[in-house]
Amino acid sequence: MSVFADVWQYLTDGSNWTGTGGILDYLVQQLLLTATALALAVAIGLPLAMWLGHIGRGGFLAINVSNVGRAIPTFALLALLVTAEWPGIATFGPFGRAGIATLIALTLFALPPIITNTYVAIREVNSEVKEAARGMGMTGWQQFRRVELPLATPLVAGGVRLALVQVWATATIAALVAGPGLGRIITDGFANSYYGKGIAGAVVVAVVAMVLEVLAVLAQRAIDPIPRGPQHRTDDALPQNALPTTT
Amino acid sequence: MPVTLLVSAAEPSCYNRTVNEWWCTAYLTDYRSELVDATVEHLLITISAVLLGIAIAFPLALLARRFVRLETGIMGASTALYTIPSLALFPLLVPFTGITATTVVLGLALYALTILVRSILDGLASVPDDVRESARGLGYGRASQLFRIELPLALPVMMGGLRVATVSTVALTTVGALVAHGGLGNLIADGVLTNFKAELMAACVLSVAIALLLDVLIVVTERLVTPWTRTRVRT
Repeated sequence: MSVFADVWQYLTDGSNWTGTGGILDYLVQQLLLTATALALAVAIGLPLAMWLGHIGRGGFLAINVSNVGRAIPTFALLALLVTAEWPGIATFGPFGRAGIATLIALTLFALPPIITNTYVAIREVNSEVKEAARGMGMTGWQQFRRVELPLATPLVAGGVRLALVQVWATATIAALVAGPGLGRIITDGFANSYYGKGIAGAVVVAVVAMVLEVLAVLAQRAIDPIPRGPQHRTDDALPQNALPTTT
Repeated sequence: MPVTLLVSAAEPSCYNRTVNEWWCTAYLTDYRSELVDATVEHLLITISAVLLGIAIAFPLALLARRFVRLETGIMGASTALYTIPSLALFPLLVPFTGITATTVVLGLALYALTILVRSILDGLASVPDDVRESARGLGYGRASQLFRIELPLALPVMMGGLRVATVSTVALTTVGALVAHGGLGNLIADGVLTNFKAELMAACVLSVAIALLLDVLIVVTERLVTPWTRTRVRT
């Protein structure tokens, strides 16, 4: 299979890694984009879902936002945002319309896992523990800050982890609408029937996705404030079917 | 007759270059065959991928349940696979299956598989232990207990997984546009490329509609095959 030889050749040629439009250039773009979108989604979704979980309302919305997010193709939303007159900021950054459209789509798709997991995390804190906290005279804020939040942290972090995987995947798809990121190498390769290049791009994207996932799992374990035995790893704290809506 | 020609050319079509409206019924009628073809391809890809996913997920889940050592391996591998974005997974399959619909079906089946294996295992785990014990007490063998007691009782949870898998597969099929087999995704790609808003909107709406339709179909099927979940115990 000569395709594999092409892939190897593309990946081992140093000139493909450096310079404008090189792998590293796109990698940095995509990492920046991913970090920005994730930060935006956390800033919007986390407080909202924590508040809803604390007061115990809006559960239907918080749970179903994930189901709705799953039914809307990322590609479709990206395509609509890029083509729409609004938000038509053609001068925004080097990628113009596609850049801002990608950022909006990424943030929107990162919200469902964050909102659903955070809501469930806060909500599912043992009600006896909550009652005990109230019995000890804690105010609503104290109860949230000192009881619910520490207990919910692993699950909340799990939601952010799922969102990270989701955002990375969506950022790759941005290339289908001429957005920034590593996906460009894939789409360029396929558009020009240079499959070795396309597949090389895919290898880089897949490897980085797995590295990010491993780093996120480690971070999730590190920030868990409650010491747990080896048999109670934070993974077990994730709800069943805690899979990202992959794209 | 030049006069009538002129009139028909000036007929306002909501999808011509100058107007380019988002919502256009004239587009739906004029491009009907194109839309139908794309929808049919979309449905075929989605359904074959989910069926293939089920066909692989069942033996895998049963193996994972039988041999606990395998479970970590199977779950780990499928979760790792799930972190690969679809735009990267399809190219990785191309050396083996080429620029064909098979590439898309195989890739989507691998994603569906991850969800399905989990939900089958969760479903089987949701069967109460005393039910299992009663079945054994009644003389059910391993296989008949699985097929006649455990799997039926696991159906609600498994169907939940099937819904998630199906809905995400419909959405992911659009990415198949990369290898020119994306069903409605092909129209979306073309719509972006040529700035054809009516085409883009129609394809997006249709793909969400397919997802919702299949979801409803599964819910209805589930209700039909699990009549016992609706009988309330009277006190």
